[in-house]
Amino acid sequence: MAAMRTVECDVAVVGAGPAGLAAAARAKQCGAGRVILMDRDRELGGILNQCIHNGFGLQLLSQELTGPEYAEHFINEARDAGVETLLDTMVLEVTQGRRIVAVNRTEGLMQIDAKAVILAMGARERSRGGVIIPGMRPAGVFTAGAAQRFVNMEGYMPGKRVVVLGSGDIGLIMARRLTWEGAKVEAVLEILPFPSGLTRNIVQCLNDQGIPLYLSHTVVDIHGEERVEGVTVAQVDANLRPIPGTEWDIECDTLLLSVGLIPENELTRDVGGELDPVTGGPVVTDEMETSTPGIFACGNVVHIHDLVDNVTREAWTAGEGAARLVAGQQPGGRTVRTRAGEGVRYVAPQILHVDNLASRDVRLFMRAMRPAERVQVEAVVGGEVVFSKFERVVRPAEMVVLTIPRGKVSPGRVSLDSASPDHASGGAQPELVVRITPRDCDTAAEGGMKA
Amino acid sequence: MQLKRLAADVVIIGAGVVGTGIARELARYDLRVVLVEKRADVAFGTTKANTALVHAGYDAEPGTWKARLNVRGNALYPKVCGELGVSHKNTGSLVVALSEEQAAHLHELKERGEANGVPGLEVIPRERVLAIEPGVNADVVAALWAPTGGITSPWELAIAYAENAVANGVELLLSSPVIGIDMSEGRVASVRCPGVVIDTKFVVNAAGIWADDIERMVGRDDFEITPRRGEYYLFDKRVGHLVSRPLFPVPSQSTKGIVVAPTVDGNLIAGPNALLVGDKGDLATTAAGLAEVIEGARRLVPGLPVRESITNFAGLRAVAVPAGDFVIGLSPGVPNFVNAAGIQSPGLTAAPAIAEAVRDILADAGLELVEKPDFNPVRERPMRFSELGRDEQSALIEGNPLWGHIICRCETVTEAEIVEALHRPVPCTTLDGVKFRTRAGAGRCQGGFCGPRVVDIIHRELGIDPEQVTKKGGRSYILSGPSKDPIQRQATCCCSAETGGADEHKIEMRECEEVGGHAHGRV
Repeated sequence: MAAMRTVECDVAVVGAGPAGLAAAARAKQCGAGRVILMDRDRELGGILNQCIHNGFGLQLLSQELTGPEYAEHFINEARDAGVETLLDTMVLEVTQGRRIVAVNRTEGLMQIDAKAVILAMGARERSRGGVIIPGMRPAGVFTAGAAQRFVNMEGYMPGKRVVVLGSGDIGLIMARRLTWEGAKVEAVLEILPFPSGLTRNIVQCLNDQGIPLYLSHTVVDIHGEERVEGVTVAQVDANLRPIPGTEWDIECDTLLLSVGLIPENELTRDVGGELDPVTGGPVVTDEMETSTPGIFACGNVVHIHDLVDNVTREAWTAGEGAARLVAGQQPGGRTVRTRAGEGVRYVAPQILHVDNLASRDVRLFMRAMRPAERVQVEAVVGGEVVFSKFERVVRPAEMVVLTIPRGKVSPGRVSLDSASPDHASGGAQPELVVRITPRDCDTAAEGGMKA
Repeated sequence: MQLKRLAADVVIIGAGVVGTGIARELARYDLRVVLVEKRADVAFGTTKANTALVHAGYDAEPGTWKARLNVRGNALYPKVCGELGVSHKNTGSLVVALSEEQAAHLHELKERGEANGVPGLEVIPRERVLAIEPGVNADVVAALWAPTGGITSPWELAIAYAENAVANGVELLLSSPVIGIDMSEGRVASVRCPGVVIDTKFVVNAAGIWADDIERMVGRDDFEITPRRGEYYLFDKRVGHLVSRPLFPVPSQSTKGIVVAPTVDGNLIAGPNALLVGDKGDLATTAAGLAEVIEGARRLVPGLPVRESITNFAGLRAVAVPAGDFVIGLSPGVPNFVNAAGIQSPGLTAAPAIAEAVRDILADAGLELVEKPDFNPVRERPMRFSELGRDEQSALIEGNPLWGHIICRCETVTEAEIVEALHRPVPCTTLDGVKFRTRAGAGRCQGGFCGPRVVDIIHRELGIDPEQVTKKGGRSYILSGPSKDPIQRQATCCCSAETGGADEHKIEMRECEEVGGHAHGRV
């Protein structure tokens, strides 16, 4: 019997997409010793490799890159930093003790013992069963990302006449891509009254291609025994239920689903620890550490991003956090719990170190509950707005970022007055509430209210 | 087309769990048996879309085929599944009464079951139900405990039956719909499929929902199959722990009701509802039907989370009218044509017993049964990476590196398992075929990740062009054709360039060899 090979390292990173690449490189740059980056695919870069459209890196690199180009930038950075990589390698198991069991063709099963583990597995696409579309079960129903892989990586078309359900970014990008490849995209349907994708994608991928977008519409039936022959679509009411009498049929051979991403958290669940019921990802600190000490997470595993630039930023934080843990320089002391207040669906990270708030800028990512114009994005502690910024427009599709400058929340300010009584540990923990409120409107009371 | 002529002692029409079971039973004897199936694979009809339960046998009226064969079939399951390497768990089952009125009915069920010969039935009080099934509706009053109830995998069983039958000399013809049956002097003389005529002494009709159409080919019209559709929800393994054994509601006249049950693979299944449909191809799920399933399931298990649904599907029960019972026996007036028709629930449980019954009917009708000394009843269960310990996994990878390459991440299925499935005694050429044999694509992402990879492996191993690969045979093609840009194709097809097939593609590939490697910023 072959003994399982055991490898020791400072930092092990699971997943070599944009999150894993940046986290691994940054951990190494910040002084971590051996850093091992693993991915189940045969190349580094994750899903970026099939995203051959441009628009990546505008914020972070001040360039408009394609997905593979954006990946290449960070692949080079990781390699230059001295990150070791294991490709075609599947992680089967991660334990609380930061022991990883992985497998590949050449090494077989191996065990990796790390001082810090960074989970960067990304997300998977919600499938037909997840949104429950009635009808037949023919071939020709694809998630948008699977279709993207076929077209951009394998060189095959999923079909010739296409209906896209969901106005998520991948679906919009694929509507354009398939049109360019000679397919006819009959329609894009969105069940919500507003688009799920970035505005620039609505404009460039649909409007510029002459593809109709039907808001408040969904697919209520799929036809065809062997291959898709058409779909029935209908308008939905305010409760997202199809309105009888509004149905019509669209002939097509393909239905693409772009109906949301689900954080890939099977390994995170195995490790244990607290999950955020809204994001579906782990609860993390401003070091991107999960509630299991030494296990970090970043990117779509934590919450679904729209811009890769933000994924990279978050991953840098995780890499720095992991390096600090390895060096024994983690912040200690008191923490503040963040909470989504008015107009905010969720906020991440969920736990902030008071020491970090005092000593550095702390970035909060949040999703608006609904589209709004001329709003204040505010951070409230103990009923008092500690920091705010103006946004001309917010949309659920576009991440809102609030960077709290260092020192805005001083240790003295975070007293037990701002405590949340329902904290899991039973003890009171100070709370920082983020909210999105119309400008010129005083709603200071909300932030001070107890849950 | 050149017409092939075969000679058989028995032609079995239909390779679902009933037909394959009969084939495997007849394979014990010195007979020429041909099993014909219209679809591209075995188990592609009702067998792949049912509740996957091994019923105890208290439902059917005493004296019916259903009652007799259910209890006999149930008793045969451990041996059959043991020999054939098929998943079977003897979990026991519960009929859950949610009111005093329903509880009274449990005793009727118990008496009926005892009349049918079901062992160990017991009405148990609320506390015991909640102790063994904490997820059950707190309004539960009592339940009927049936210790012989259980769960299995219907397609695993049909595939295993077919493989064992083929290994013991049965000839299996897939994608071979019966287009005619020739009669001579009131007897069946031959069965015709496209491109082949099979002269035969006996025919067994195990054609599922098409059994009435087949019987009409011998000039009989003794029953009609009225398909009754049942819709299902399948839930993520994450919630598999909510229920440990099949939970039934107290049954109505026509159906055992909507069940919540674990599957042998660790998921939860809920269903079926029951709706008569006119069309034998109508396997569509409906919003109303799925809502009915959830409502029924939640009466039994209120905490069932809809958001953990991973897929929905529908199956058609082959209900024979006017019989109401299984239709098993010689077709009146045709001395060599045996029906095994109208096999609705508990057909899966009864399948091993139906095989015995059909064997006996054939013997009575004059088929000579001489046991083969070399019959091997054992079919090894295909190895599954996810079912093995780390040491076993290591050893396999050492022998064949493909065991170290995970293709389906949700179900942890390796390339070795998929390659093996494509080369077993019963050929498998489709995405669904791979799924039913290996579980690649059966997990929470439903093939979103592994689908393209499995298409590539089918292409490489079987030499089928990617655009000719189907989901489930026929014209269920996955892809419509190459995209415009040949550079991209080269990038991932180079691994499979040596398999034959598309010569014109190869030329394109060679032309762009130099640039292909850089197409995706590979490292």
